[in-house]
Amino acid sequence: MFTGGGVRGTIMSTASTAIVLALIAAIFVLAPGARTVTHAFFYGRGMWQSFIGDPKKGYYSVGAAIWLNIRMFLAAEALILPFALAIALIRQSTHPALFPIRVIATIYVDFFRGVPLLLVVLALGLGVPGLYLPVISHQPDAVYGVAALVISYSAYVSEVYRAGLNSVHRSQVAAARSLGLTQRTALRYVILPQAVRNIIPPLLNDFIALQKDTSLVGVLGVIEANQAANIYASTVFNYSSFTVAAILFLILTIPLARFTDRLIDRDRRRRLAGAT
Amino acid sequence: MSASAIKIDELRKSFGPDLVLDGINLSVDSHEVVCLIGASGSGKSTLLRCVNLLEQIDSGRITLLGQEITAPNIDQNLVRRQIGIVFQSFNLFPHMTVLRNVTLAPTRVLKMPRSAADEEALALLARFGLADKRDDYPDRLSGGQQQRVAIVRALAMQPQIMLLDEVTSALDPELVAEVLDVIGELASAGMTMVIATHEMGFARDIAHRVCFLSEGKIIEDAPPAKLFTDPKDERTRRFLRRIVDAKRL
Repeated sequence: MFTGGGVRGTIMSTASTAIVLALIAAIFVLAPGARTVTHAFFYGRGMWQSFIGDPKKGYYSVGAAIWLNIRMFLAAEALILPFALAIALIRQSTHPALFPIRVIATIYVDFFRGVPLLLVVLALGLGVPGLYLPVISHQPDAVYGVAALVISYSAYVSEVYRAGLNSVHRSQVAAARSLGLTQRTALRYVILPQAVRNIIPPLLNDFIALQKDTSLVGVLGVIEANQAANIYASTVFNYSSFTVAAILFLILTIPLARFTDRLIDRDRRRRLAGAT
Repeated sequence: MSASAIKIDELRKSFGPDLVLDGINLSVDSHEVVCLIGASGSGKSTLLRCVNLLEQIDSGRITLLGQEITAPNIDQNLVRRQIGIVFQSFNLFPHMTVLRNVTLAPTRVLKMPRSAADEEALALLARFGLADKRDDYPDRLSGGQQQRVAIVRALAMQPQIMLLDEVTSALDPELVAEVLDVIGELASAGMTMVIATHEMGFARDIAHRVCFLSEGKIIEDAPPAKLFTDPKDERTRRFLRRIVDAKRL
């Protein structure tokens, strides 16, 4: 996909990759503090210890904690998709009676795209329990974290949906309505399927970011992978646990990133084929 | 039933400051084929879109089979079911196969069972030589095939009237005939049609009446033999002369 083609292209790309990697490796190896940093971040025993964890010594398994990140991600994604769509549809509506909700939706999107996610996590995680409401104020911290992720990401994802809805040509609406389809049926069977198809790459892109941002919930004291790594680091005074957390996040995000690239590529090829 | 299929009275429509339709009066009988001719921008397309309620009219009234469809409390979806419209740019649903394009409205609007809708759709596709395209997506079809599918899609709702909006204008010349043949077959089957077209030869052959539009008005309304050979109005004469000069008639 990236190579210029042919044997020469392959040789050139291999050579340039090798040179770049060698340069980066040289900086690491030749730096004055290379030994110290290597020990702090890539200490094999430390990596293994933090991966499996040992509660008796006061630290948790990073490998087990990533499972919480996965669950938070899945829960958040399942809620973001419909919630963001609802916001997008409200913002796209034209009915005069819906004007007030349209204004609220617009303010919502502007506000939560502008406020750092970390602050939303803190506000919900520290604020909601303090309200002493029945049920809502007595949830595990991870629930407030997921709520913050949903609130913040829905603002972004609703804009992605809106771009998708706008990408479907108005003549498709005319064609659907001219057949007697109601606005709702036209949206469900004609507009939305085309809109969603157009936005799958940017949607997946946001979800890659969401996978990583589950680590922000750690500030509430929830033992997710990043927080578990942090506890190990401050207990044992070695940062190799962070490397473990990074590797685990990469194992999660890289397949999704590759998959997104493939979809983008396929979509581009299909468009090019359609243009001829 | 003595009422005409469509009756349009004093229809006015403007887009912003532009008066596009300036008092249109037109009546189309059942089984009649009326062609609308005129330069681009004369209001032909807008007139058709108004009849299908895709555009909101400013004043006047449109009556469909004796019922005023521009009345305020009319169910627009119910009206549109009875009127088929085919667009210049086909507007097939690109994410659906040919068969699904045709059966979407019958299953979702008329609540027809899938099997019955499929059966009727396949019969229509076969009638217009498209049976082998049933599982293709629109972008795999030629323009002529796409436009024929669009016609079949409209026919699947069993409309009382068909509106055709310059359905051959976006086609390569060699693909025009196959679409015109389909329309010819519909005409001989007795379908009521209003056709906006630039194909003067076709209009002359198929139409019972031809209306010449200019600046949002129907300038002349006559049988084709009369309108094309002995136009009354100077503007009609000038328009036809230009067409003849362009070797389109």
